[in-house]
Amino acid sequence: MSGITRRQAIGAASAASAAAGLAVVGVGATPAAAAPRGARPAEPASFDEVYLGRRIQGGPAGGHGGHHADHGGGYSVRIDGDELHIMRNADGTWISAITHYDPQATPRALARAAVDDLQGAALVPLVPSTR
Amino acid sequence: MTVRKNQAQLTADEKRRFVNALLALKRDGRYDSFVSTHNDFIMSDRDDSDRVGHRSPSFLPWHRRFLIQFEQALQSVDASVALPYWDWTTDRTPAASLWAPDFLGGTGRSRDGQVTDGAFAATGNGWRINVRVDGRDFLRRGLGSSGVQLPTKAEVDSVLATPVYDAAPWNSASDGFRNHLEGWRGVNLHNRVHVWVGGHMATGASPNDPVFWLHHAYVDKLWTQWQSRHPNSPYLPAAGTRNVVDLRDTMRPWGDVTPADMLDHTRYYTYDVAA
Repeated sequence: MSGITRRQAIGAASAASAAAGLAVVGVGATPAAAAPRGARPAEPASFDEVYLGRRIQGGPAGGHGGHHADHGGGYSVRIDGDELHIMRNADGTWISAITHYDPQATPRALARAAVDDLQGAALVPLVPSTR
Repeated sequence: MTVRKNQAQLTADEKRRFVNALLALKRDGRYDSFVSTHNDFIMSDRDDSDRVGHRSPSFLPWHRRFLIQFEQALQSVDASVALPYWDWTTDRTPAASLWAPDFLGGTGRSRDGQVTDGAFAATGNGWRINVRVDGRDFLRRGLGSSGVQLPTKAEVDSVLATPVYDAAPWNSASDGFRNHLEGWRGVNLHNRVHVWVGGHMATGASPNDPVFWLHHAYVDKLWTQWQSRHPNSPYLPAAGTRNVVDLRDTMRPWGDVTPADMLDHTRYYTYDVAA
């Protein structure tokens, strides 16, 4: 699916950016319960901001040097340059390695929730080890 | 025969033996191999591709087999040990005996979430977090700090009433018992408990917190209770489903066990009360 979603992401980026941005600004880590369920929303916009002193970035994988955004459906998230492992749920919500059981509405909310949990700690790469 | 007991009913000696067996597995490296295996599946199980341990029908038999393997490792250290279960509908506050210093220890301190009492605190017993996604190597918790409440008995009953085991598309979007128990849809049971505990339990490396096993032992017991209520409801899907473990497909990472092999828990253990 990554090829299709990547094209969709590029095509929808400008149209979706306004809406996606509005949905998140001022809300912080939006709980998934507040997100519309069922309909899969458009691909999220790219973002690049400083949140609680950490640089958080999100966008199409490869757009900022992502090396294996294999589970984000072509989208990757970074915190201070380190990749956060993310995954998109079937309903369009997102989870990460750090908030794995608590879906967020957008990748930016996911990045902010991770920053909240990290309390300043750096991400370390965690790759599959037993297979 | 292994008898799994409610953690609230354990004697002081049973708690001590369980904790000591956990510490022994940690020391010899076997504990961390379970954390790694779980995290590997967390990272690779996807709604739109191959999925085995999570967000799929085999969530329940996969974790049953995973817990049996872990329980057998504990018993290789101390044959008297069985996995206890945590009924979070009853023992639902940080004041529960589960979180006392003689058992799992309490919540993390506010500054950095670090657990500072009990056998799994960073100091003393070598409970170092090695399989991790960030630089911190101490066990963290935030019991109830996320703002969610633990599921209630009524919420559990509403999920146990679901007559169908699972349904297409066999993932986090599914209707049916499995996905409502797992928590991606509906009142949210299993996922919510991970979030309530917080810290490592909220991450893909959740088995770093020993409460992982007690939580999943109760989720496993709820599967048994569901089977008792719906004796004519089979595991689904039966066969021929792409990316999904059918009834008689083998499950990774073992390769020699199927969901059908896991349907009857009494081959491996029983409970202290009728399930």
